[in-house]
Amino acid sequence: MTTPQLTLRATGRARRRLIVNRVAEVAAIAAALSAIVVLGIMVWSVASRGISALNLDFFTKGPALFGQSGGGIAPAIVGSIVLVAIATIVALPFGVMTAIFVSEFAPKQWADQVRLWLDTLNGFPSIVIGIFVYTLIVKEALPVLGIGGHQSAIAGGVALAIIMLPLVARSAMEVLALVPNGLREGSYALGVSKWQTVVRVVLPTSLGGILTGTTLAIARAAGETAPLLFTCAIASNAVDWNPSHSVQSIPLTIFTYSESADPNLHAQAWAAAFVLIVFVLVTSLTARFLLDRSRRKLGLHR
Amino acid sequence: MEAASVPQGETLAPSRGLRDRLGDKLFYWLTGIASLISVLLVLGIIWRILKGAWPAIQHFGLSFVSNNVWNAPLNEFGARDLIIGTIVTSFGAILLSGPISVAIALFLSEIAPPAIRGPAGTLIEMLAAVPSVVIGLWGIYVLAPFSAQYLQPAISSVLGWIPIFSNGQDKVESTVFAAILVLTIMTIPITSSICRELFLGVPEELEEGAIGLGATRWEMVKTVTVPSVRGGVIAAVILGLGRALGEAIAVTQVIGNFIPLHRSIFEPGDTLASRVANQYQGAITNLQISSLIYLALILLVISFFANFGAQLIVKRSDRKLAGS
Repeated sequence: MTTPQLTLRATGRARRRLIVNRVAEVAAIAAALSAIVVLGIMVWSVASRGISALNLDFFTKGPALFGQSGGGIAPAIVGSIVLVAIATIVALPFGVMTAIFVSEFAPKQWADQVRLWLDTLNGFPSIVIGIFVYTLIVKEALPVLGIGGHQSAIAGGVALAIIMLPLVARSAMEVLALVPNGLREGSYALGVSKWQTVVRVVLPTSLGGILTGTTLAIARAAGETAPLLFTCAIASNAVDWNPSHSVQSIPLTIFTYSESADPNLHAQAWAAAFVLIVFVLVTSLTARFLLDRSRRKLGLHR
Repeated sequence: MEAASVPQGETLAPSRGLRDRLGDKLFYWLTGIASLISVLLVLGIIWRILKGAWPAIQHFGLSFVSNNVWNAPLNEFGARDLIIGTIVTSFGAILLSGPISVAIALFLSEIAPPAIRGPAGTLIEMLAAVPSVVIGLWGIYVLAPFSAQYLQPAISSVLGWIPIFSNGQDKVESTVFAAILVLTIMTIPITSSICRELFLGVPEELEEGAIGLGATRWEMVKTVTVPSVRGGVIAAVILGLGRALGEAIAVTQVIGNFIPLHRSIFEPGDTLASRVANQYQGAITNLQISSLIYLALILLVISFFANFGAQLIVKRSDRKLAGS
């Protein structure tokens, strides 16, 4: 006599459900892989085409005369440093003060409003911000202060600062919210006033997080092209540290070179893109790593 | 007779209380004004853009939106095909990136082993850190040629009977389709990282309940994980849309800057942001500059509503999740 064979193999409907499940999993894995592969191909294309044009001249000389090979992007590197420095000087204090007000003083409703408007600002297209600064201090001089009236590193820096502001403020708010209330209460209990508590206790505790958030914003600003188009685009070919002059910048150099017909300039564009991508990826990876660490240090890691 | 004098200021300097009171007030107002400025910036941008566009608004009126010319020598400007181009490219991009992003987020939150989650998530977020001008450069010289050589002929050989997929001129590299691909790549990290956070936030008991009832992982995702954060997922896609709508540089590099639009997406086209970016050196007359600002205004209105809508949806779904 025979006993019916028992198997653990799914059949019929159960089998179909398992197959559907497997297909879905494979699709999800494929999606994630494809995104990583695209990043890999992108970085590899930039590196393989960019490294060959990299040499000392590239970092120390200005652009070659038309038709000649060689040359470098020294003015653009200097210009980008000037622009990002101005943007940071403007955005950091505003961003941090906004965050302090929201986390230490403001009633919850007002804090929610500030968050909402900052997110809206963050969602504005960067080209619109460029146009805004153009209408504000490039097309005509700023009333009262009288700065502007022409393209300048100040105008470009202000445009980049508006890009950075919501990023700095939001990350600072997040870090300030992680500072344990016990620290604040301890300080009050010792009779320390509110502003002293903020300056001497809250800010030092959260400084690491605020700075790494700022670094992420710098990495973003350094790669922005659109805000500079109308504010700081037409510049001389010489190295220029003067913020009231219009200066060259790395992203804009890549943009104009990429649309030119000269193969030498294409090579330069790839090399500049390589420099930019290395800077941006290294700074954002480091900042992210430090941010995770400072979050953990504040005792609230997820 | 001398009054018994009470020694003063031995324990606290008399100015201390005053300094603290003033300091607190000053600090309050300083930070308050900073946060007010951050908020007013949004209104200031809208006001200045409106003011800058005013000459063009007066000159063309609302017919600017429906006109389809961009002729600098004749001082005739209109935005119709630029608006259509903006909508086609960004909706095309989120149609592609939405499902891919949700799949990536599901991989990162539900499927991937813990050792892979961190690094894979970081890599995908790094895609967001790549500057748009670099993606555009790569788009011109790597992606667009590849797409013109292989993808476009393949798609139009299958779907060519639908007009928007019909075969364009032979091997045109700068196309609307190339712009859609570039925008897809740019929106994936935004949408997928928000979705991942949402999926991670779904209460584990709910998911385990589904598994306990015998659901497969896919059935759990389909019936529990995704439905419980549906609003958030929609908002994440809309945030990606906002990014796609406003992207100027990478699009202007690959799209070919051509209007009127063709019927097929395998032909050159243009968008609002791309047109503004492309004209940065060419705008001479005041009316042309003002028309460019008008374009920026239309773009601002579109993206403002997209972002505001997304935030409202997020808020509502947050509240629902907190209530449950």
